[in-house]
Amino acid sequence: MRALCWEGKRNLAVENVPDPKILNSRDVVVRITSTAICGSDLHLYNAFVPSLERGDILGHEFMGEVVEAGPGVKNLKTGDRIVVPFPIACGECHNCKRDLFSVCENSNPNAWMAEKLWGHSPAGIFGYSHLLGGYAGGQAEYARVPFADVNHIKIENGVPDESVLFLSDIFPTGYMGADMCNIKPGDVIAVWGCGPVGQFAIASAYLLGAERVIAIDRFPYRLQMAKEKAKAWETINYEEENVLERLKELTGGRGPDACIDAVGLEAHGHGPTFAYDRLKQAAMLETDRPIALREAIMACRNGGIVSVIGVYGGFIDKFPMGAVVNRSLTIRAGQCHVQHYMKPLLERIQNGEIDPSFVITHTMRLDDAPQGYKIFNDKADHCEKIVLKP
Amino acid sequence: MTMVPERTERRAERGEHRGGYGRETTRPRRARGGPAGDPERLARGLGLFSLGLGLAQVVAPRGVARMIGLEDDDNNRDTMFACGLREITSGVGLLSRPQSAGWAWTRVGGDVMDLALLGSALGSPNTNKTRVAAATAAVVGVTALDVMAGSGLSARGDGGLAGRLAGGSAAGTAGAMGIHVTKQVTVNKSPAECYAFWKDFRNLPRFMSHLESVEVLDERHSRWTAKAPAGGTVTWDAETVFDRPNELIGWRSLEGADVPNTGSVRFTPAPGGRGTEIIVELRYDPPGGRVGAAIAKLFGEEPSQQVGGDLRRFKQVMELGEVFRSDASVHRGMHPARPPEGAVPLPPTTGGIGDGGLR
Repeated sequence: MRALCWEGKRNLAVENVPDPKILNSRDVVVRITSTAICGSDLHLYNAFVPSLERGDILGHEFMGEVVEAGPGVKNLKTGDRIVVPFPIACGECHNCKRDLFSVCENSNPNAWMAEKLWGHSPAGIFGYSHLLGGYAGGQAEYARVPFADVNHIKIENGVPDESVLFLSDIFPTGYMGADMCNIKPGDVIAVWGCGPVGQFAIASAYLLGAERVIAIDRFPYRLQMAKEKAKAWETINYEEENVLERLKELTGGRGPDACIDAVGLEAHGHGPTFAYDRLKQAAMLETDRPIALREAIMACRNGGIVSVIGVYGGFIDKFPMGAVVNRSLTIRAGQCHVQHYMKPLLERIQNGEIDPSFVITHTMRLDDAPQGYKIFNDKADHCEKIVLKP
Repeated sequence: MTMVPERTERRAERGEHRGGYGRETTRPRRARGGPAGDPERLARGLGLFSLGLGLAQVVAPRGVARMIGLEDDDNNRDTMFACGLREITSGVGLLSRPQSAGWAWTRVGGDVMDLALLGSALGSPNTNKTRVAAATAAVVGVTALDVMAGSGLSARGDGGLAGRLAGGSAAGTAGAMGIHVTKQVTVNKSPAECYAFWKDFRNLPRFMSHLESVEVLDERHSRWTAKAPAGGTVTWDAETVFDRPNELIGWRSLEGADVPNTGSVRFTPAPGGRGTEIIVELRYDPPGGRVGAAIAKLFGEEPSQQVGGDLRRFKQVMELGEVFRSDASVHRGMHPARPPEGAVPLPPTTGGIGDGGLR
């Protein structure tokens, strides 16, 4: 089959590779009908995530049709149309039983690597380094889905791929970002980052009852999408305005009730702090640039919640712990427990409360994926979200 | 069935509750007066030395290369830089851990590397022979100190259940067990289920990746066959020395084993209905003694990593009924994360194997 392979930093190629096989009894193989490039794939593209090997197949947002099922899969059959969640969960361990699917205890065969970096290992993830399992990803014609009886949501015919594909990651991820904010009527939420996850965080904050949502980014086309499509109340371009001052103006000096970091480890900024973080990251003295996270902490109202859904990989510097402790802030974070959210969010899509396809700006052939990564990374051509058709 | 006198067993339990190292109960009195007599002080000194040398090599690799008589070229600079990172790692390890025997042995491994590099430098035409010879003499001296620190620290941690098994064994392997590993895992099954599966030693190769087979000879004796690192297999006989149903199993190799070893596994109910906490302790004496073990550690899989992997697979077999694989972990060693070539048979599932009452 054809698959997008990582061949080094900013070096991708669509290659011929062996077809996926059933490797465990609860596997299925799907023929992929739609797959997408995630903002977190750019961290792989730019080689910020350790333990990639040349030849790894990338991609963790995909859907398709079941073409083969292992003997242990009782609730799926050939021909079923499914969306696959990005974290791989066994459904049997203590964490899976408590719906903490992205920290499944059994799905990372390379847990020892993750333990060295993070103390304990989270779940494995499709196409996301060997540290997270060494799984072939879904930017390919076919993919193996382990524990497929747990890791799917069935889609009836008639619903277009584009409306449900993002149940695999970015819609539930944005939704969980808002869910962790414990939103109450009247709440004002600020969202850093207007990439696709940020857009869904904004939209989800409203679904969960927020009164006002403020969107922060530096690209006017993304802020415009936030305003027009996700219905942000106000937008702040951090290259033009001082975010902390502007947020105070917009919230009567209190600060937002909750702040969502939908940016992660490759944050941009301006001035000496950004230069400092870039330098430290380049010298490998810190692995992640926490510019958005620091700002979210400083902006949040006393007693508020900082919800982190942007991806961080390792260690950060100059973390404002004093603000967290002295102002009674709560920090919540996590890779999304997608399996927990897929069903209620599919219902919201079917009820017409939201159509996630609003973020799509580009649809390409799988063979053009390397070019897609480039324009997404460069924020060229007003790129927000790319869907690939194998 | 209890096979050791009651008193010994109670002592063994006590040792294990203290984290398996038995530090408080059995640490031999350390000799005072002089760093060489006190392995911890010696280790701290060596840690500071490692850190200092490592920083110098990282900050001024060319300067250090010139000082020890090497040619000032890019290749030597990169080697110095790499050695510097290794020194910093050893140094931080030695300074930050109370039980730093492992780190002391990584220093010994590093010394062997340095001696090999210096040996090849002596044969090269572009080096200052006097300086290289002086550096070699210095490394030989440091190696001696490192071996002292490593032996001292290793001897210090001779407690624990497996240690007692070894120390009290008729096979007379007291003090010879070079590697000691303690690992834990929580399994979402009852102690009775976990015990029953483990108790049938024929199941062990299902999750212990280095084991090829275990044959049960009689109620107390079994024959173990393991994969040898260089290919081929090693076989030894073992006897079960502790067996408390649903709680504890202990075993040790009998005289004549190529790799003398002892092991124990304890099953205790986890709080909050989370199943069973399992603590495994293993001791073994790899061929080539401690230096061999330290070098094996540098170049191969760390023993604690291997036991950790075995326990994770045990958890998978208990909770999922089979060992779980990713595309890159179907075969040994690193492979790109893409579907494997050729046919791959499914792993065996737990249906009727053992008497663990699995679903």
